[in-house]
Amino acid sequence: MLGVIRNKNLLRPSFSAFRHLSSSAKQMTVRDALNSALDEEMSADPKVFLMGEEVGEYQGAYKISKGLLEKYGPERVLDTPITEAGFTGIGVGAAYYGLKPVVEFMTFNFSMQAIDHIINSAAKSNYMSAGQINVPIVFRGPNGAAAGVGAQHSHCYASWYGSCPGLKVLAPYSSEDARGLLKAAIRDPDPVVFLENELLYGESFPVSAEVLDSSFCLPIGKAKIEREGKDVTITAFSKMVGFALKAAETLEKEGISAEVINLRSIRPLDRATINASVRKTNRLVTVEEGFPQHGVGAEICASVIEESFGYLDAPVERIAGADVPMPYAANLERLAVPQIEDIVRAAKRACHRSVPMAATA
Amino acid sequence: MSMNTMIRKSTTILTYFKSNYNNFFSTSTRRKPNLTNHHPRRFNSTTSPNPIHDQVIDFPGGNLKFIPQMTFLSESQQHRVPCYRVLDDNGEPIFGTDFVQVSEDFAVKMYNNMVALQTMDTIFYEAQRQGRISFYVTTNGEEAINIASAAALSMNDVIFPQYREQGVLLWRGFTLQEFANQCFSNKFDNGKGRQMPAHYGSNKHNYMNVASTVATQIPHAVGAAYSLKMDKKDACAVTYFGDGGSSEGDFHAGLNFAAVMEAPVIFICRNNGWAISTPTSDQFRSDGIVVKGQAYGVRSIRVDGNDALAIYSAVQAARQMAVSEERPILIEALTYRVGHHSTSDDSTKYRPANEIEWWRLSRDPVARFRKWIERNGWWNDMAESELRNSLRQQLLQTIQVAESVEKPPLADMFSDVYDVPPSNLHEQEKRLKETVKKHPHVYPTNISI
Repeated sequence: MLGVIRNKNLLRPSFSAFRHLSSSAKQMTVRDALNSALDEEMSADPKVFLMGEEVGEYQGAYKISKGLLEKYGPERVLDTPITEAGFTGIGVGAAYYGLKPVVEFMTFNFSMQAIDHIINSAAKSNYMSAGQINVPIVFRGPNGAAAGVGAQHSHCYASWYGSCPGLKVLAPYSSEDARGLLKAAIRDPDPVVFLENELLYGESFPVSAEVLDSSFCLPIGKAKIEREGKDVTITAFSKMVGFALKAAETLEKEGISAEVINLRSIRPLDRATINASVRKTNRLVTVEEGFPQHGVGAEICASVIEESFGYLDAPVERIAGADVPMPYAANLERLAVPQIEDIVRAAKRACHRSVPMAATA
Repeated sequence: MSMNTMIRKSTTILTYFKSNYNNFFSTSTRRKPNLTNHHPRRFNSTTSPNPIHDQVIDFPGGNLKFIPQMTFLSESQQHRVPCYRVLDDNGEPIFGTDFVQVSEDFAVKMYNNMVALQTMDTIFYEAQRQGRISFYVTTNGEEAINIASAAALSMNDVIFPQYREQGVLLWRGFTLQEFANQCFSNKFDNGKGRQMPAHYGSNKHNYMNVASTVATQIPHAVGAAYSLKMDKKDACAVTYFGDGGSSEGDFHAGLNFAAVMEAPVIFICRNNGWAISTPTSDQFRSDGIVVKGQAYGVRSIRVDGNDALAIYSAVQAARQMAVSEERPILIEALTYRVGHHSTSDDSTKYRPANEIEWWRLSRDPVARFRKWIERNGWWNDMAESELRNSLRQQLLQTIQVAESVEKPPLADMFSDVYDVPPSNLHEQEKRLKETVKKHPHVYPTNISI
């Protein structure tokens, strides 16, 4: 299946919107959603500016900043030298002193070269300065597995950034999420890590007139119930929300009603929504592409055990990426990231429709 | 970068190169050989139609000449970059020196601040040795860099310090009591007791918080300078760091970005010879820091860091160029760290005690500046002893006060993590308060709820 995605990705010009013309509702790609959110916030606030490698003349490695250089000029759409630590530090300094930078990483893997500025400088300065220095900055770019790009382009950093107080961490799935959350991130006075997904950029989603309105914004820290259900709760974020929804369709055919929660916000984590859902369904499957140890699923599991232990009718099932750096070969890569069938199987185990994992070990 | 991006990117580069390549050849074929000006050399081919030194390459970044000699650039310049100074070791102006004049009042104010800084460092250092505070760093030997650079700047200029520049904050009006409150992390500390002693910061004084992470302040200063430039403010950003800090990637990234972004920023390197126990010979093999500026396209100067007038003049000129020409300037101030790195080390374990003594006695920047103001008839022994006694009394008083003030309240633990506290922090604070109230006997009594 990932092979198919990869082919599609290579053949499709990544800068053109991929639209489902057959649908009657207005459709928008995640790429256009991000682009329009940036455009509107830059237009609304002259303090907002975009910086990173290739964001200007080249229009962004993934064309997220298409047209922005032409519209806002080179002072607000800055092509930087190739030093993540440099432009991230400069972004943080600009945020200390009145600007609202949006820093683009070509992939979040490369943010590792700049993590000192994200963690030690951006996340801690408001606290360390006793509120004298706030850091209104957004770090954004593709995160997690793409297709066929190996270990140093495929790592999911949600749990890394999610573990650090002072940061807010968002992970959009749909075009509605992308628009609403990016606008919220730019308007927020705190530093926000905004984790996009390369494979979702070209995906189209229906969008309402409300979502398209320039005032549209989503609350940070609130999850969205994408699909209501009563038998099992599935939590997911980013691309895995789509997988969870597909798994829910399969499960429905077999008589299992799954509730799918799109986390949207990794930090703050919407523990209330997750726990309320588990108290209703009594079963939980967490899904993420990142590694299992100390992962987002581990944190959700801990939260449910702390707050809703008595409501659980089955052990929590955790679906995550394999505990290895991402292999390149397509056959191995497919095995290293969660698949829809994995989610279906886990949900069935949780619902006692198949042998529990422990019994097979 | 995805596969498709990489493929597209390399195509663009190839096209770009091709067009330049073609330009280059069309230019060079059009050029006629100038044989009359051609001096025959041993390895020149007499049949060559184009003398090679007449050819230029139209390369991105500008035209370059070709030469027939295979010449490697030397790893060092023949002569070390000289050091600008105004006053000699006896505080006498050097003949023909080029410096900014200062008035009597201003010179005396500078001297007062240098002595205040020296005294504050002594008293706070002693307080640490007595176990009253946990940590301290002195500026001993670097008082001139601290005070004279601060005196040359405008209050609108934003300071991004390392951790040995408390004199800049002192010059800007942070009171001795405010310094003491921070070191004792009491409830009046403007940082709410969140940072180690000597990690000051004050928005009011345009002085960013001291970061323990070495050199991160350098790119931050460039970012702030960019912000000042965008707002068209008549100000620059100023960042300080040591010789050790210049080895961090952030130093190199900061200089490169500042040059490319044409940011009004002054980089002040206090090259004091030692990064904790590492001497500069183990830190770099270049001629110090100053030569690195040119490699990044940044105008640079080397200054005697123990000469207050030289520092004052150089920083004022640097500020003028940075602000009016929107450009970065690098200043390498040569000095010596007379104190230990911090209260956590004993520097006599890694460097000779007589080396320290020589710098302390013969090269003291405070004494040198005093000689100059005395020579001008602006200072005398009586003024000196009055000033030192009064500062000592004031400082002893401030630490007594700071010590007796309550520590920060419990609420200060949870505020400012975010602009608006999220629900989980509210919940934690509430639960903690309830627990403390319920079991007061197991909690320390020095926390007000």
